[in-house]
Amino acid sequence: MKFIYTLIPLAPLFAAIAAGFFGKKLGRVNSHRVTIAGVGVAFLLSCFAFTKVVMGDAPVFNETLYTWMVSGGISFEIGFLVDKLTVLMMLVVTFVSLMVHIYTIGYMEEDPGYQRFFSYISLFTFSMLMLVMSNNFLQLFFGWEAVGLVSYLLIGFWFKKETAIFANMKAFLVNRVGDFGFLLGIAGIVYYTNSLSYADAFAAKDVIAGETMTILGNVEWQAITVICICLFIGAMGKSAQVPLHVWLPDSMEGPTPISALIHAATMVTAGIFMVSRMSPLFELSEAALTFILVIGSITALFMGLIGIIQNDIKRVVAYSTLSQLGYMTVALGVSAYSAAIFHLMTHAFFKALLFLAAGSVIIALHHEQDIRKMGGLKKYMPITYWTSLIGSLALIGFPGFSGFFSKDIIIEAVHKSTIPGAGFAYVCVLLGVFITAFYSFRMFFLVFHGETRMDKHTAEHAHEPPGVVTWPLILLAVPSIIIGWMTAGSVVFGDYFKGAIEVASEHDVIARLGEYHGGFGFIKHGFQTPALYLAAAGVITAWVFYLVRPDIPAMLDKKLGFFRRILENKYGFDDFNQAFFANGSVGLGRTLWKVGDQNIIDGAMVNGSAKAVGLFAGFTRYLQSGYLFHYAFAMIIGLLGMLTWFLFS
Amino acid sequence: MTDSSSIILSLTIWIPILGGLAIIAMGNAKSRPIALGVSILTLLVSLPLYFGFDKTTAAMQFTEKASWLTSFDINYALGVDGISMPLVILTTIINVIVVISAWEVIKDRPAMYLGCFNIMTGLMVGVFSALDAILFYIFFEATLIPMFLIIGIWGGPNRVYATIKFFLYTFLGSVFMLIALIYLYTQGQTFSILGMHTLELGPKQQFWIFLAFFVAFAVKIPMWPVHTWLPDAHVEAPTAGSAVLAAIMLKMGGYGFLRFSLPITPDASSRLDGFMITISLIAIVYIGFVALAQRDMKKLIAYSSISHMGFVTLGIFIAFILIGKGDTAGVALGIEGAIMQMISHGFISAAMFLCVGVMYDRVHSREIADYGGVINTMPYFGAFMIFFAMANAGLPGTSGFVGEFMVILASFKTNFWIAFLAALTLILGAAYTLWMVKRVILGEIANDKVAALTDINRREFWMLAILAVFVLLLGVFPSLVASVMHASVENLVQHISIPKY
Repeated sequence: MKFIYTLIPLAPLFAAIAAGFFGKKLGRVNSHRVTIAGVGVAFLLSCFAFTKVVMGDAPVFNETLYTWMVSGGISFEIGFLVDKLTVLMMLVVTFVSLMVHIYTIGYMEEDPGYQRFFSYISLFTFSMLMLVMSNNFLQLFFGWEAVGLVSYLLIGFWFKKETAIFANMKAFLVNRVGDFGFLLGIAGIVYYTNSLSYADAFAAKDVIAGETMTILGNVEWQAITVICICLFIGAMGKSAQVPLHVWLPDSMEGPTPISALIHAATMVTAGIFMVSRMSPLFELSEAALTFILVIGSITALFMGLIGIIQNDIKRVVAYSTLSQLGYMTVALGVSAYSAAIFHLMTHAFFKALLFLAAGSVIIALHHEQDIRKMGGLKKYMPITYWTSLIGSLALIGFPGFSGFFSKDIIIEAVHKSTIPGAGFAYVCVLLGVFITAFYSFRMFFLVFHGETRMDKHTAEHAHEPPGVVTWPLILLAVPSIIIGWMTAGSVVFGDYFKGAIEVASEHDVIARLGEYHGGFGFIKHGFQTPALYLAAAGVITAWVFYLVRPDIPAMLDKKLGFFRRILENKYGFDDFNQAFFANGSVGLGRTLWKVGDQNIIDGAMVNGSAKAVGLFAGFTRYLQSGYLFHYAFAMIIGLLGMLTWFLFS
Repeated sequence: MTDSSSIILSLTIWIPILGGLAIIAMGNAKSRPIALGVSILTLLVSLPLYFGFDKTTAAMQFTEKASWLTSFDINYALGVDGISMPLVILTTIINVIVVISAWEVIKDRPAMYLGCFNIMTGLMVGVFSALDAILFYIFFEATLIPMFLIIGIWGGPNRVYATIKFFLYTFLGSVFMLIALIYLYTQGQTFSILGMHTLELGPKQQFWIFLAFFVAFAVKIPMWPVHTWLPDAHVEAPTAGSAVLAAIMLKMGGYGFLRFSLPITPDASSRLDGFMITISLIAIVYIGFVALAQRDMKKLIAYSSISHMGFVTLGIFIAFILIGKGDTAGVALGIEGAIMQMISHGFISAAMFLCVGVMYDRVHSREIADYGGVINTMPYFGAFMIFFAMANAGLPGTSGFVGEFMVILASFKTNFWIAFLAALTLILGAAYTLWMVKRVILGEIANDKVAALTDINRREFWMLAILAVFVLLLGVFPSLVASVMHASVENLVQHISIPKY
């Protein structure tokens, strides 16, 4: 098995190297063939691993691949941990990646950077697999930063676009803020365990739980709380939680396939995965869980609100992603890790679908992204229409669709939770349901229904894109419908994650939800909860606002201009960051440079001492005038002085 | 007179020195291939130091000894251990690279230019392998001469100010070191560096000797606030000069701390560690901000070097807090991290300066504002530049990550806030490097000069590719370097954990 597990990440890596370094020689077709083959191999082997681990009950694989380095009694290793959590992530990553690879053939058809793009997305697949398959913090951090690197390269793929190269730098730097916390968290674990392996950290969790550390003043902090919050700051960067969410909307500057793969389905869920993986540690700190819960709730509600006023088709989906990541984080906060991973999985399918469908619309309309200039596309592109509808229904939690199961479980889990902050979170996630339904169908109606608002030329040319684009949509639509129905029982309510995820009995909200009586039972239960009605209300409101009475939103715009401005400014996060952090840092740097380095150190000290030597030399030069009588005079003065001293002392 | 069992170190020192003199003597005509031959020969000769290295012992290896001035017991004594050997190899590798980098770029007196670099290489190898304090001092000072010439003759418009500043600064520092060495001789009647390690010195003696060493090495590495000579020297130096300065010469300071300050004056180092940690952290944070504000690419990289060297001194001087806590493993982690950081920075900073040189050769400007969208006309170069920028920002998988990671892990063991401030480099380092990349490499073609750029030629490609390979290799297999230094570092840790009085 070790060989197979090693091959899974390496296949896409080799493909990436081939397409990246030899893309010109290989040509376009061979480049996409080799990368698709690489990811295809990874996918098939992941399926094989899945059957072995889940159905064959193979023991958990936890082995070292090679020792990176040994220092200070710590073994830095590269190794894999393959359990049920890992194989699930591997399947999601490789499947979505495969779909995106195929889709890219159509989407990037005319792009001069074709081979480069395939190389990057394969490299991403490698990095993401390294991240999820890791059995230690070193490799986790490697994967963590490597996906960040590829994200940087892909957001700035169109490197001539000023907005794109601003967005990719912003994404990298904001993520680095998260990584900063993450690294401190890892250092904290190393401090207490002198090891980087997960197993050692989990084994020592009770020791860590007993420790305290003083950080500021005399306040004693629980070490476990400090470590968990630090780790979670890393997750906040990668999984775009407030206030480190600012990079994700801007990342839409990259090509759409990567928005689907990286900024919706996989990379942004790395934080969710990491916290679930670390569940034995997080379970020990209620303070950290509350922190997670509050951050997640704020993200779920307030980022969804911004989605309402966006007019760029990709940005609507991006804000929706932020909001859904908030839901997953909320689930983590109430210790419903399995629900978080479950929502991660369903979301990966339907959100990748929505992004790819958006991309399909974008290419059909010659790179038009403004939903106000679309409309009535239903008749031009039926496959995109129906798959989008499926994706949207899954997103808003239409009964029976995958999102319905995952989101309802989260909402119910929050409802049952007793952790501080759960009340606030419950309100946020419930309101979020209405908002999700509203912005999703606002976009859906504006794009596909109503009158066509494109110019004539665009409308004439609008048509369904080729099969390489539509097939991935169809293949993603299938799990978007059925995956929830099929797996909710075992993944969330069953003991699928036993051994991989640990939940303290006093936090076990899933157990409080009661028995799971199959898909129908769950749907029936859904009709007794407010979430379903809120979602319906959201869809109906969108229908009324954008198809029946378009004058209502126009009127509201005027009346509620103040709120609209708040949302348009995205609560001022971007402006504040730019003014305070970006300009502030450069200003501080300039001040330290001009005042500290140039005036004080160089001006006063270095050149000052040079000048002092010069002044002293200039003064002593007067003593060496060359005139004999000056010297004679000085001698006499000196003699007199000495005599005086001898006589009077 | 000699009891040498090996002549590898002597060859590694004297082949480039004599070769360099020969190149100068033979004139410009065939100087380039000869210089390349000499540098490659030097590298080949030095390789047995790595491949024949005994990792199990902390003792000096490949030792040579010949008496020189018997009345003062001054010897021509050479040898390397796990701390110095990687630095020797780094030196011989970088020498080949800089000879390649100067190939057709230097048209004015190429023989002398290339000769200077080869001579300097021999001298620097001498610094890292001298086991006699006077021999060390001579090599240490002698390296200034070729560098002085390189900046003074082939440098930029403001080269006179820069050379004088560079020379006086570093010379002033090392004079104090000489006094300390002579004083140590009066105490132990020996100039053997290893002999000095075992001298029983009292608190006051240690204090003053530590200060003398501190002045010499802090200027060299350089530490805040005696760093201002470095940006000036870099800006005026020709490309290869900057590369060697950053890649090797700075490391003499770090090496000095490890070879002299720590083992000779462990108690004074321990007493003053708070001070050393503080100025290391200032270097990391303060200089990180200063780098952000730079408009000149070379200055930016120079400041980034200072910030990275802050990790070296931090990794070294957190040792005593950890010794106090009884965590000797942590001490080794910090010191090995410091050495990894030195080696890695040798490759990355050389590459960064060479990248700037590639652009400077074409556009004759180092100003960030004069560039923009270089990747449009130089795609291969742009890829290299982004790669090295990422390495400079400490991306895992590149060598830049290894040392920083180790030092941050070790510093967390001392104090949360030390780790906190050190880890800020994750953000600052990425900010100043990537912002430069954004303004210089990415974007639309900014002006006609950028539009007229031609991509790197084969020579430039290989020069950068070799460095890239090393950066990746050490990022993926850091044990290539880490494994050779364990025994020596452990020995050092043992030595400094026992107070001398």
